[in-house]
Amino acid sequence: MAQDSSNTFEVRVITPDRTFYKGEATMVEFNTTEGEIGIYKNHIPMTVIIKPGILTITGEDVKKAALHSGFVEILGDSVTILAEVIEWPDEIDEMRAMAAKERAERLLAQKDPKTDIARAETALLRAMARINVKK
Amino acid sequence: MASMRDIKRRRSSIQSTGQITKAMKLVSTVKLQRTKQAAVNSKSYFDYMYRTVKSMLARAGEINHPYVCGNDSNKKAVVMITGNRGLAGGYNSNIVKLVTRSELNKEDLIIYPMGKKGREAMLRYGYELADDYSEMIDAPEYVDAMRLASVLLNAYKAGEIGEIYLAYTNFKNTVVHEPKLMKLLPIDKQDEIEGPVNEKEGPEAPMNFEPEEEEALNLIVPKYVTSIIYGGMIESVASENGARMQAMDNATTNAEEMIDKLTLQYNRARQGSITQELTEIIAGSQAQN
Repeated sequence: MAQDSSNTFEVRVITPDRTFYKGEATMVEFNTTEGEIGIYKNHIPMTVIIKPGILTITGEDVKKAALHSGFVEILGDSVTILAEVIEWPDEIDEMRAMAAKERAERLLAQKDPKTDIARAETALLRAMARINVKK
Repeated sequence: MASMRDIKRRRSSIQSTGQITKAMKLVSTVKLQRTKQAAVNSKSYFDYMYRTVKSMLARAGEINHPYVCGNDSNKKAVVMITGNRGLAGGYNSNIVKLVTRSELNKEDLIIYPMGKKGREAMLRYGYELADDYSEMIDAPEYVDAMRLASVLLNAYKAGEIGEIYLAYTNFKNTVVHEPKLMKLLPIDKQDEIEGPVNEKEGPEAPMNFEPEEEEALNLIVPKYVTSIIYGGMIESVASENGARMQAMDNATTNAEEMIDKLTLQYNRARQGSITQELTEIIAGSQAQN
């Protein structure tokens, strides 16, 4: 088939407010509940849940964004990311992310039985993703 | 016949009302454009969300999960989205009617009101009300929907409520908005996708889940509920502006009609009074002779 000669596939990133990104790519990488994964064309159909991390879309050029929550539907010739929260690097306030990171780290370091560990961990991951994508 | 002064006063009062309705119409037209755009932008997200959850449940088959099977509580939560303001034609009352006249038992219902108008009406009818979420509808944000969804899901998991409904206004186009009552949880599995399907057939292709279905359900269903509530909010706001625009357009037209009628009456009265004055003067001068 003609389409098999190329190794690109369709990537769509949809948020509740807008279509965040749409285009062709050769590879997408992101973080899931089961670990970081990278996807090439003709991946096995799969639905995965997102963990805060960096979304990297490799096409003609490389695009990065901070992806915080949502899930991904992977099909052989397309990847659809349903993102609840996602940001381009230029939309991120680095100072705020830094502050959030420190706050989360402090919470985790205190080992206070009253803190919601899972929540603090997610907050930390989110802050890290924001900071890393800026670099 | 009413006096000239009365007619004049009435006409000017209608004129200023007409000016207000005209301004309100313009404002809601602008707001409608914006909210309509928001509704269009978010549509694809909800379509995907809906389809993914459905296909997931179709695959999950015999899964014994509270989100699918329900729990023992016979309480039903209804998230009711209306406006915070009136003067929008039948927009608010249609939703109230939809809930009060549905086959749901009044005693079983707990209303989660979003919108002051709906809340006031349900309070008057004596329904059981949960917290007020009215401020959310002024500017729908996804985080607001998330907050409400987590309140609902916690109550659901705790067995306080057994079913969750959403009453909102579906925005079909600028002139057609229909009130809708939709069941969120437990999820109906009616339109399952059946039979083995070819792997190349797109969304219906056999899907692998990571983590496993049950775990995935736990994570995806809250997102599903949130997105449906958010979608309902956005569509309702668009409908509200559409309904208000129409109502205000009608009001302006009516005001213009009334002004025309009153102007005619005023002129007649004026003419009548001049004629009368003339006859009086003539009669007076004749009597003098």
